[in-house]
Amino acid sequence: MRRRDFLAATAASALPLACRKKPEFPFQGELVGPDLALGHRFRGQAVPDPERFEPVSALIVGGGVAGLSAAWRLAGGGLDDFRVLEMEPEPGGTSRSGRNHVSAFPWAAHYLPVPDRGNRAVLRLLKECGVLEGFDAKGDPVFAEEATVRAPEERVFAYGQWWEGLYLRAGASAEDERQYHAFFQEVDRWAAFKDAKGRPAFSIPRSRCSDAPEARALDGLSFAAWLDDHGFSSPRLRWLLDYACRDDYGSRLETTSAWAGLFYFAARKQGPGEDSRPLLTWPEGNGFLVNHLRKASGDRLRCGVMATSIRAVREGLRVTAWDAAQQRPVGWLAKRVIFSGPQHVARHAIEGLGAARPATSRIHNAPWLVANLTLRARPQEPTFPLAWDNVLRDSEALGYVVATHQSLRDHGPTVWTWYRPFSGADCEAERARMLALDWPACARMVMADLRPAHPDLEGLVARLDVMRWGHAMVRPAPGQLWDSDFLALARPFGAIHFAHTELSGFSLFEEAQDHGLRAAEEVLAALGRPGATWR
Amino acid sequence: MDDSTQPEAGAPADQPTLKAPLLFLSVLLIASCGLIYELVAGTLSSYLLGDSVTQFSTVIGVYLSAMGLGSWLSKFLHRGLARRFVDLELAVALVGGFSAPILFQAFAHTHAFRVVLYGTVVAVGTLVGLEIPILMRILKDQVRFKDLVAGVLTLDYIGALFASLLFPLLLMPKLGLVRTSLLFGLLNAGVGLWSTHLLQSQLGPTRMIRLRCLAVMALLAVGLAFAGKFTLAVEEEIFADEIVYARDSAYQRIVLTRGRGSFQLFLNGNLQFSSADEYRYHEALVHPAFGVRPDARRVLICGGGDGLAVREVLKHPSVQEVVLVDLDPAMTDMARRQPMVRQLNGAALDDPRVKVVNADAMVWLQESTGGPFDLAYVDFPDPNTYALGKLYTSRFYRLLQRRLTDDAMITVQSTSPLMARQSFWCIAATMEASGLKVRPFHLAVPSFGVWGFALASKRDFAPPTRVLPGLRHLSDEATAAMFAFPKDMDRVPVEVNRLDNQVLVHLYTREWRRWS
Repeated sequence: MRRRDFLAATAASALPLACRKKPEFPFQGELVGPDLALGHRFRGQAVPDPERFEPVSALIVGGGVAGLSAAWRLAGGGLDDFRVLEMEPEPGGTSRSGRNHVSAFPWAAHYLPVPDRGNRAVLRLLKECGVLEGFDAKGDPVFAEEATVRAPEERVFAYGQWWEGLYLRAGASAEDERQYHAFFQEVDRWAAFKDAKGRPAFSIPRSRCSDAPEARALDGLSFAAWLDDHGFSSPRLRWLLDYACRDDYGSRLETTSAWAGLFYFAARKQGPGEDSRPLLTWPEGNGFLVNHLRKASGDRLRCGVMATSIRAVREGLRVTAWDAAQQRPVGWLAKRVIFSGPQHVARHAIEGLGAARPATSRIHNAPWLVANLTLRARPQEPTFPLAWDNVLRDSEALGYVVATHQSLRDHGPTVWTWYRPFSGADCEAERARMLALDWPACARMVMADLRPAHPDLEGLVARLDVMRWGHAMVRPAPGQLWDSDFLALARPFGAIHFAHTELSGFSLFEEAQDHGLRAAEEVLAALGRPGATWR
Repeated sequence: MDDSTQPEAGAPADQPTLKAPLLFLSVLLIASCGLIYELVAGTLSSYLLGDSVTQFSTVIGVYLSAMGLGSWLSKFLHRGLARRFVDLELAVALVGGFSAPILFQAFAHTHAFRVVLYGTVVAVGTLVGLEIPILMRILKDQVRFKDLVAGVLTLDYIGALFASLLFPLLLMPKLGLVRTSLLFGLLNAGVGLWSTHLLQSQLGPTRMIRLRCLAVMALLAVGLAFAGKFTLAVEEEIFADEIVYARDSAYQRIVLTRGRGSFQLFLNGNLQFSSADEYRYHEALVHPAFGVRPDARRVLICGGGDGLAVREVLKHPSVQEVVLVDLDPAMTDMARRQPMVRQLNGAALDDPRVKVVNADAMVWLQESTGGPFDLAYVDFPDPNTYALGKLYTSRFYRLLQRRLTDDAMITVQSTSPLMARQSFWCIAATMEASGLKVRPFHLAVPSFGVWGFALASKRDFAPPTRVLPGLRHLSDEATAAMFAFPKDMDRVPVEVNRLDNQVLVHLYTREWRRWS
């Protein structure tokens, strides 16, 4: 009898099921930033005053895409006397990237749909970094082939195998197909919409969108309710749309505004009836764009410096900050401040803001867990081959993107970036749940998620590093996007200007850039340096 | 328990003693063998049927219950236990040892794989279940019961541990399933043979028994010797001819076959050349570009790891340097070492002018700084996967141009203009989109059919009218004739193959499907 038990136990160790019994994984890794301890260190208590307040024309608080774009614009407008403060050791916010001996890889945001010819700010940026090669005979922009996502772009794992594309055609009924086409006809209808002033209902950035009542009305209901109203009940269509909400907003059909749900699809159409815009991507994801943008700041960018209080005084704005490396307070006296951090930080840092603007507390950010898996070799793949974006249908996570896809490496070591939004209705509870996860728990979650598709993965992983983003993406909740108090958050508060993708109600590179340029142009005008807009 | 066993303790002094400690060692070995057969069956069924959790669970369950059956059956064996034990070892050796090849064959050739699987598992399990009870009864008069139980079970468990570690760490990666199962069969038979020595006092005449042991061992050894051929035998049903070389590299399966007075190279089952007519292909690939640039000195070859294009290039005395970039070191090693291939390419890869780089040509073009080259040959397998399709994109041809002199010539193997007409013209159109002037040409290669190439340059050029004298196929007249396209192969409008659309892979698979 005992032999029987023993045999069962030994043989069971060959079973994937038994992995959770092992004390450790056969690979290493760590939890990397963002620096939660620093972020929360001075919550509710004052930082001591610095020895002096260095005078500066403009101070940008927050070195994410909005802040770096503002700096890019200020420098472009001829203003040199500014600083950028970033609390993390690296700038870029959720567009940060990393690099190891195998490849560069993203830590969150990893693509940009190619801009239409009206999106001048993005075109300007892409031209500067060599991605926009020129314009064709029709006047449409032409982008570098190596920056557009290489085929195959995406695949989905379902029924025990990989399939091309994201929408699962295998096993779809005639009704599924009908609803799929009907939905995209509806998207086309919105893509064709123009208001009395000729503005489209959906465009990127959203500052170009129409505010006509029929478009705004979409914000009054959830995407789920809108789908119900239109009879879209196909489970695989709803899976696709729910995936889109989780992917771009960190929320679900039920917690996403229908305006945002349709924006996702209609704003990316090249035109009614045409395909979605191709995507631009790089091994390091949007870190490529960050690495270009940060050049405009040069040594005016200070990392590891967290602004803790911004107070209006007679001479201007007194900004107190904590320098994590030097472990001492530092201060600036700025004529203008561009606050390019999120509103939940602004509420704590800016004196009087929370009381004056209660809407600051109505913004909810979804937490995200992002893991980078460095693989020694690639798993065996008998069905549809490895794509750039690899999605598991039956998963709460979003799948993974392959960092080496764009660098054309089809063999040997690679890095996979795995994403999981915590998309439950209550952001606070979800955040607490995620922050309770230590590294082994995170590694367990990642491996359990990927195991059905890649049973041989564990032996191939050399490292698994995890980023826990407490406030990764603002959620476009129904009723938020066209709420006048919410929209008013983008207006200056005294001499403080605001720039953050949050102010658009959803998290996109283009939105962050647009707010950065707007705030910078407000500041340039206030400092007596008006010029032609880049927007 | 101790009381009841007391009378058994201590062997009568006049009974011939057995070599008890060595018999304990047998326990260790048979325990390892028993677990290995179980792991082999579990792994093999997971491989072939998928769903490893279910396969392992059911195989373990059936195996353990069969062992229980064996243990129960042991009570019906009464006399001649030593002889039974040796026979038992031989039976386990045969059934367990041949279990993996039997199961593979059953999967390939019958529809009743599960019946064979569980039948085998029950048979091995029952036999293994008999082993320990019988051995303990043989030893019970030699050793006190408490020592016997402790010793046998301890070694039994240690043997199982030993096997469970050995299997995933060493046996599976180094030997594979078929060799592992045969090797442990051999070990079981070895235990049988050894037992004839250890149990001699109980066996009587052992000659016949030993002969039987040796016969079983020989059978397993033959199986082991031919295990490598086993996978080949399955393939030979696919390839028409005898396989003379086969290797799984990190990138592809390389197979050489021989028959009908020639030999052939296959990569992943696709014919790359036949020695009977490859000269037509390689003369057409290499010499027209020299017809335009007869003074070319530096030559780049992307793909072409078989060395046959290099052989043709080296016929030109102006050539000072050849860089061959091929993904697979296994391929270029074979071209250097395999006697038939080496003879065919004239040991071209060992020529001092030739430098072999094993890299993905596109990554190499992107990252290295070699060149500039006067001639470039692009000789990849046909674009039937995305990883190959990228090597036919406008991006690839742009990267290639960066490594070339301004008047360099490029020649690209472009599949068949007859059988894959759109694919052929897609390659030409893609090269044009990258800024090249292109002049396609074609010839007949009997092994392939009508085959096409694209000759190109950054500047406009006139097609060649002269080639190197003394070639087997090409003459000046034949060269000029290759550039005329009859109506059924003439240009068709097609999309450009870009990294972000990879239209060529779709075109190619659709077009070739009609011919297979």
